[in-house]
Amino acid sequence: METLWFCVIALLWLGYLFLEGFDFGVGMLLPVLGRDETERRVLINTIGPVWDGNEVWLLVAGGATFAAFPGWYASLFSSAYLPLTLFLLALIGRGVAFEYRGKVDTARWRRNWDRLIIGCSWVAALGVGLVLSTTVFGLPLDAAGDRVGSPFAAIRLETLLGALAIAGYALVHGAIFLSLKTEGEVRERARALALKIAPAALLPLVVLLLLVQLRFGSVWTWAASIVVAMAAFGALARLALRREGQAFALMGLAVAAAVVALFGALYPNVLPSTLDPAHSLTVAGTASSPYTLTVMTWVAAFGTPAVLVYQGWTYWVFRKRIGTRHIPAVHVP
Amino acid sequence: MDVLELSRWQFGITTVYHFLMVPLTISLSLLVAAMQTAWVRTGDLKYLKMTKFWGKLLLINFAMGVVTGIVQEFQFGMNWSAYSRFVGDVFGAPLAMEGLVAFFVESTFLGLWIFGWDRLPKKVHLACAWAFSLATIASAYFILAANSWMQHPVGAELVDGRPRLTSIWAVLTNNTVLAAFPHTIFGAFSVAAAFLVGIAAWHLWRRTDETPVWRSSLKLGAWVGVAAFAGLAASGDIQGKLMFEQQPMKMAAAEALCHTEEPASFSVFAIGDVTSPNCEDVKSLTVPALLSFLAHNDFSSEVKGIQDLVPLYQEKYGTNYPVDERLGELSGKPIDYVPALPVTYWGFRLMIGFGALSAFAGVAALWLTRGGRMPRGRWFPRLALASIATPFLGNSFGWIFTEMGRQPFVVVPNPSGVDGVWMFTARAVSQTTVGEVLTSLIALTLVYGALACVEVFLIRRYVRAGVAGVMPPDKPDKPADDVLAFAY
Ligand code: HDD
Ligand code: HEM
Ligand code: HEM
Repeated sequence: METLWFCVIALLWLGYLFLEGFDFGVGMLLPVLGRDETERRVLINTIGPVWDGNEVWLLVAGGATFAAFPGWYASLFSSAYLPLTLFLLALIGRGVAFEYRGKVDTARWRRNWDRLIIGCSWVAALGVGLVLSTTVFGLPLDAAGDRVGSPFAAIRLETLLGALAIAGYALVHGAIFLSLKTEGEVRERARALALKIAPAALLPLVVLLLLVQLRFGSVWTWAASIVVAMAAFGALARLALRREGQAFALMGLAVAAAVVALFGALYPNVLPSTLDPAHSLTVAGTASSPYTLTVMTWVAAFGTPAVLVYQGWTYWVFRKRIGTRHIPAVHVP
Repeated sequence: MDVLELSRWQFGITTVYHFLMVPLTISLSLLVAAMQTAWVRTGDLKYLKMTKFWGKLLLINFAMGVVTGIVQEFQFGMNWSAYSRFVGDVFGAPLAMEGLVAFFVESTFLGLWIFGWDRLPKKVHLACAWAFSLATIASAYFILAANSWMQHPVGAELVDGRPRLTSIWAVLTNNTVLAAFPHTIFGAFSVAAAFLVGIAAWHLWRRTDETPVWRSSLKLGAWVGVAAFAGLAASGDIQGKLMFEQQPMKMAAAEALCHTEEPASFSVFAIGDVTSPNCEDVKSLTVPALLSFLAHNDFSSEVKGIQDLVPLYQEKYGTNYPVDERLGELSGKPIDYVPALPVTYWGFRLMIGFGALSAFAGVAALWLTRGGRMPRGRWFPRLALASIATPFLGNSFGWIFTEMGRQPFVVVPNPSGVDGVWMFTARAVSQTTVGEVLTSLIALTLVYGALACVEVFLIRRYVRAGVAGVMPPDKPDKPADDVLAFAY
């Protein structure tokens, strides 16, 4: 049961990385791919109807961790306090910026919100990577699960690498998403950019996975890492052939395999202690009672398929590519 | 300032702030869904205009509700990690359910609603509005169930010094949440009601066009406001009785009642220092026996005073905090069982007073504008707009009272709760450094302050522009086929 919930949490992270990955990417690429105001609006409107729903994957991952592994939730969040604060501020900025950017019709107003979208998307993507790799590489925890090191204990070489890995992934994933969802020049530009930056942008992810393998690897996390490499490579190959849908799906496979590798390497820990392995938080040690997990399993068993159905439907409703010709005139007071 | 105090400030500031957006989102989304239903049913353009105008204000507010909510979700782990470890088995479940059952629906269907105009069939689009607004209600229920468990822990047993969930049903049907939920929802409706009344009255006074839109909005708001206040009083009365039974200290603190009285009178207003230990210099305007009635439905029963309660608490939960470095400055210190009396005493009165004021404002606006009349003085629009603030204040004071009235406990021990399941707030806090919490406290407060300015600025702009601001009058009957009906 605990292991099942460990897998559920990994699944929620996967949903989050796959979905919000591209909308971070879109935000990060705003200044590069949107050359004028209409193009920037094209970019933002590809994620307009869905970014909030994507973000909820993170909230549910957090909530599910709280319910299923309270000790993990408590130690990770209180120990990585400052990075998380910064991450939350970035999510705040992004959220209001999308909603408020188009509400006043002056160039200055839009420029400022654009800056916020770009900056916050970068910080948020880096932050997610940092927190995710912190839970894999561990923190200096004492026997009670509290941090003994400095407030900056979560900021280390490995975790900075993790931050770059996710940000790089978001860039490529976002560019592929845009080439799938837009038309005309923006689409071409996005495709070209994805192909051009991919080798550099995906490098940190590769290095991260290698590092994880060297430290904690087992046979099947090796296998997962190989799938990541192959899927990512395949994605770019398909993209080069203008099969954008397939490329996007293959990126999904790559991130799924990456999550398997990271969480596979972590198991049976949930948050290792870098001071003493005896203080590491484990799946068994932090899990809630069987009753709570049973309740949560029932909720998840009915809730998750429903979420997948109606979120899938949203993507279907808004499946059309968007181009500059679709953007309506600004009408605001 | 130690970590405990800073964390309490941070939680208080961020939650009260979150709860400025929340009630408006809950109630306005339901009213907008109702307006849209009226439009789909009757085809009357007036209702479409109402839907668009109030819907736009809803969206501006919603964005802030979302981003401040995210902070709330993470704060339990960041600032209250000892609390999270202690209660996670019970408390995490409703929180996770809220996300899975409510937030997904809310965010997804709101996206569909915003961008789905003219793209979805009319009825499907309307269904999205309802899905969204009902999900906000569901989210309120789950989070209130979690909060009520802190006020009145049920459905758990103590195993190895930690509460373990034994019945999720008991947690979700806790009598405390059954009372707090309607109270909070009625409180939410009083917010939208005053919002509608204030803005509509202002437009009517300015004699902008679209008079029918404003007249209907004003009427709707006024009636909702009156009904909400009636509901608040009725549900609040039930809460009072539960509170008396579950948290006698909070009840005494609400009244700053020093000595046990039989029958106890309800203090309406006090002059002087309500914290004075023997109550001598407090002159209070009282209604005889009303407090007894609030507590027991009986005008002659006994209500225990603070001075008589403190020894009972000391006997059960100790006179001093244990000596433990994790308790920081409080280690070994005497435990203060009396909540901050000025806050609880005035919080309780201001909650009721501001709520009553907003209901009164609604009725007054109806009366003053009856049969197409309109007062010409400048005082009218000013008062109308000012009255919008009253239910916001009522709600905030209600929460401040509820949450501070349970101090020094974060999980309150209850005569009717589970034995042994309780926790001091001082125990709940994370072992972080002052620097960390201070940083986040300052950063969040500044960002929230800046966002408040932006939100008020935008809402004012859209309010001034009226219906024309959200519906271009010269819109061609049929928009060019592939231009989006709405885009950011
Ligand atoms: C009585 C109602 C109520 C109360 C007491 C709270 N909230 Fe809230 N919350 C809502 C009612 C609500 C809502 C009406 O459902 C919101 C407001 C705006 C919105 O988007 O949904 C919301 C939004 C919202 C979100 C964003 C959801 C999204 O992305 O769509 C989160 C994560 C939380 N809340 C979490 C919390 C936590 C952890 C609270 C406790 C401290 C809390 N809320 C108090
Ligand atoms: C949205 C409405 C709410 C408001 C306005 C509110 C207000 C407050 C305030 C003012 C405090 C500080 C009290 C003090 O330090 O003396 C506080 C503390 C706290 N509240 Fe709430 N609260 C709300 C809802 C909730 C909910 C729904 C929960 C739980 C699910 C909750 C959990 C807590 C916790 C854990 C603390 C910190 C510990 C403490 O100081 O007691 N609150 N809240
Ligand atoms: C006659 C009127 C009212 C009575 C008798 C009343 C009673 C109460 C009581 C006893 C509580 C505390 C519950 C507890 O701590 O266990 C409470 C909380 C609260 N009140 Fe009221 N109230 C009244 C009017 C209002 C009004 C007008 C508003 C808002 C406009 C309001 C908003 C709140 C809120 C938000 C809370 C905190 C959440 C909760 O516990 O439900 N109340 N009220």
